[in-house]
Amino acid sequence: MRPLTYTRAATIEDAVALVAADPATAFLAGGTTEVDLIRAGVSRADHLVDINALPLAGVEATADGGLRIGALARMSDVARAPAVAERFPAISRALVLGASEQLRNMASLGGNLRQRTRCAYLRDGVSPCNKRAPGSGCAALEGFNRGHAILGTSDHCIATHPSDVAVALVAFDAVVETHGPAGGRRIAIDDFFLEPGTTPDIEHPLAHGELIVAIDVPPAPIARRSIYLKFRDRQSYEFALVSVAVALEVREGVVAGVRLALGGVGTRPWRARRAEAALLGQPADAIAFRRAAQAELEHAAPREHNGFKVELAKRALIRGLAEAGR
Amino acid sequence: MTPARQAATLPVTLRINGTTHAPALEPRTSLLDALREHLDLTGTKKGCDQGTCGACTVWVDGRRVLSCLILAVAAEGHDVTTIEGLADGDDLHPMQQAFIEHDAFQCGYCTSGQIMSAVKLIEEGHADSDEDIAEYMSGNICRCAAYPNIRAAIRAVRDEATT
Repeated sequence: MRPLTYTRAATIEDAVALVAADPATAFLAGGTTEVDLIRAGVSRADHLVDINALPLAGVEATADGGLRIGALARMSDVARAPAVAERFPAISRALVLGASEQLRNMASLGGNLRQRTRCAYLRDGVSPCNKRAPGSGCAALEGFNRGHAILGTSDHCIATHPSDVAVALVAFDAVVETHGPAGGRRIAIDDFFLEPGTTPDIEHPLAHGELIVAIDVPPAPIARRSIYLKFRDRQSYEFALVSVAVALEVREGVVAGVRLALGGVGTRPWRARRAEAALLGQPADAIAFRRAAQAELEHAAPREHNGFKVELAKRALIRGLAEAGR
Repeated sequence: MTPARQAATLPVTLRINGTTHAPALEPRTSLLDALREHLDLTGTKKGCDQGTCGACTVWVDGRRVLSCLILAVAAEGHDVTTIEGLADGDDLHPMQQAFIEHDAFQCGYCTSGQIMSAVKLIEEGHADSDEDIAEYMSGNICRCAAYPNIRAAIRAVRDEATT
């Protein structure tokens, strides 16, 4: 591991100023991604600004029925918070199904949103990878791409976004609040995760030194019975091959409201808007569920080893809708 | 705000198992390496060194975490507990004793991490069923696959604790 320098920030303003001033300086929160990537030689940071002392760890049930989750709240604490489990069970479940309890005790929600893909070609430090070394190519396109994305891909990158909780946050239109060198702003989560396009190295719209301070989840009564299902190669402590966040409201047999998002198949947490549009106003039955799943995966772009994800994603959507409608 | 620290070694004040140490460390030194290489606390094991195996599990402020992904300098001001801090003199912690009685290890390399995790598992209330035990112990890999015996040890301590 390369030598590092380290500073403990006492205020948000200090933290932002320190990181913004130097391209090789990074925030240190839970460390589960950052320390790992520095050790692997993927992150080029050589100065870390420890933000763990900042007062950003709260989980608040807002008066309007939503949530305000501090960027430094740990995954395990957010999963356990009664307001999260009551108002947005899919968020709680997605957190519990991610990583291990040790990692959940460390990893912050802000860090979770900024974690890097687990694509082995990014992390090996030497393969062509347009995320790590823009312009070097993408080894995954013709490589071992069984775990890679089938939605939102480009000829430059097919890396899967690894987060579980982000899938649920995307389903419920969360808002990412940041504080940066230019002040504070709020970013709709749809605009926070960028598809790779021709610039896979740019994963989110944050300026260098812009710090996530909170994640707001607006009230959504439909979410009170939401679910999160995760399908993977082993039963626990594994990334999703496919996951799905679902909330469904059925009135007199007809779909009156629906939120759908997919994980494990997209270059970003994937809001399944085509499927949602196909379902609204339709009878809540197996035929409509399958038609919606078809609509979402119609434009999937599988590669040599991940073709199975197309059908798996459809089945996950159908099962999720069936279970959420019960 | 503390001034920027240089890459050179600096004394880092660590409170481990109730004792304060101040080894000279570089900021890049992990808590795991500080324990093993600088403080002779070799009960905590280095497996993968990338947060996937759980062999390095310790407690920081009473929560189970992975010492390989924590910089030692970032652990200043926090209480660290390692496997060496579990026994009361010569009296083993009930979980240590249960691991022996249930033959819950073969090579033993993952064992200290398993035990540090298992004690917290019960405190967290995640040991009600075998399914829960398997789920919430999944961050501790045992390459010898002693899992059935590990679960038996955990059940024994759980049942002792609840009766």
